[in-house]
Amino acid sequence: MTQTTQTKVRGKPPRARSRSRLAALVGRQPIGIALAAPYALFLVAVFAYPLVLAVWISFHDYFFAAPGVEVERPFVGLENYRTVLGDPDVQQSFLNVAEFLLINVPLTVVLSLVLAAGLNGAIRGRTFLRLSYFAPYVTASVALVAVWLFMFSQDGMVNELLGPLAPDPSWLVNSALAMPVIALFVTWKQLGFFVLLYLAALQGVPKELYESAASDGAGRLGAFWHVTVPGVRAATTLVLILSTITGANLFTEPYLLTNGGGPNGASSSPVLVMYQKGIEQGNPDTAAAIGVVLVIGVLLISLAHKKLVERD
Amino acid sequence: MSRILRYLVLFLGALLFVFPFYYMLISSFQSEPQTTLGSVLPSGGFTLDNYAAINSRVDLIQSLVNSGIFTGGVLLGTVVFGVLAGYALARLHFRGQGTLFASMLLVQIVPFQLLIIPIYVMVVRTYGLADSYLGMIVPFAINSTAVFIFRQFFLSLPEELFSAARLDGASEIRILWSIALPLVRPALVTATLLTFIGPWNEFLWPFLVTKDADMQPLAVSLANYISNVAGRAANPYGAILAGAVVLSAPAVALFTAFQRHFTASDLGSGVKG
Repeated sequence: MTQTTQTKVRGKPPRARSRSRLAALVGRQPIGIALAAPYALFLVAVFAYPLVLAVWISFHDYFFAAPGVEVERPFVGLENYRTVLGDPDVQQSFLNVAEFLLINVPLTVVLSLVLAAGLNGAIRGRTFLRLSYFAPYVTASVALVAVWLFMFSQDGMVNELLGPLAPDPSWLVNSALAMPVIALFVTWKQLGFFVLLYLAALQGVPKELYESAASDGAGRLGAFWHVTVPGVRAATTLVLILSTITGANLFTEPYLLTNGGGPNGASSSPVLVMYQKGIEQGNPDTAAAIGVVLVIGVLLISLAHKKLVERD
Repeated sequence: MSRILRYLVLFLGALLFVFPFYYMLISSFQSEPQTTLGSVLPSGGFTLDNYAAINSRVDLIQSLVNSGIFTGGVLLGTVVFGVLAGYALARLHFRGQGTLFASMLLVQIVPFQLLIIPIYVMVVRTYGLADSYLGMIVPFAINSTAVFIFRQFFLSLPEELFSAARLDGASEIRILWSIALPLVRPALVTATLLTFIGPWNEFLWPFLVTKDADMQPLAVSLANYISNVAGRAANPYGAILAGAVVLSAPAVALFTAFQRHFTASDLGSGVKG
């Protein structure tokens, strides 16, 4: 942008030229720097710097000290990473998140697209439907976990409903079921947001495509599969990436719903382990290493989703 | 046929979404929340005892005030600095614009939770901001999604509007305040709602920075009550659900009141960009 301005004014009187040189340095409207500065500083303070600090901590023997106290924190190379990757608790938590994602992500994509397609167009009770789907998304996890605890407890309503079919041990204390229940909970809680994303994307699918699909003899299902699904591909990438991020962030649900990732770590998550190791047990160095591994994992998975969905 | 199926799927789905809220509400008013199937219908015996019970264990008013200050601080930061940044990103040309835009997008991919250790070290250990409102607010002070929404809305305004005002000699601040801002009011509502649910519902961060019960937002004090009381009290659910109702009511009420501002097209311009 500044390049073109510079070539355009070449040959103008010296004053204009010096102004263009200034423009090349700070941009055409330097007041933009002032307006954006608070946000830029904020990003540096709570994003860029912590990211660097996380990497730094993860390569050192770091421990908490009182503010202002000078302590030695020797460089230990990859030792924290070795500790973390060899720790069965950490391995378990990563496997748990993989299980979580395998349940949550496909379920989220399919259900939100189907519900959005159903909601699209004229339909009675639209406001009510939209509000219903959206209610869990706007409500605090802590409040929703309270109801799920009540419903999925040993003699809760769900087991009451299932009668003899109720699992034993019950849902949240059953090591095979705790993680799936958490995955269902998060799918349910986040679905409204993804329905909204798909609804927005559906507005961009040209009506003519449906008409030509119909004239080619495609049924509703055919049109859905051949027109709707490819038409919202960009949104699908976004849904995949965002739901993966939600999975990587899992903390409140295992902390409260399964009482700290229980039973026996069967529903622990990396962020929960980060909290337990880093803050409860005072090992911020290994916890920071978990964070760095997770950040890299999220970026890789996001890239993979993008490549996978937009491959042609 | 397919029409009936469509309605059936949509309304049965909606029922699954609404039922837990309904169950939470009616159980919170029962003297002893039952789990039998019959308990799905209120069985008389309406009582406010559960609300009194939770209030005796968790100072509801103080917790709500804390939640309010935390949320208010974040909203203030987002609306003031987020609008400025969104306007600059959309309408001005300045050095570093591309970098800032790319960082804004990147921040939304690398989530805050993964940086809690360094942020905890900074806020609590280095600056000693534990048990303070500032320590709670700072990491959330400007919501990047809101900045993005502001940018998209400012971007959608016609360029002639701005060039004409600049020709008339209006300063950028004046253009932003008296021309652009009134035109993007829907974006303000959308972004405010979206920003509101972040801090109001946030658990992990305020849980880490507040150890003093008088400073804890409601999400934290309720969670502490749940994890401390679980398994000990005979029937703790009445009080827990009453607390859950108090925590969810403001967010649900706000979204119900402003739901028309939270539509596909409002968010869509934020998503398609």
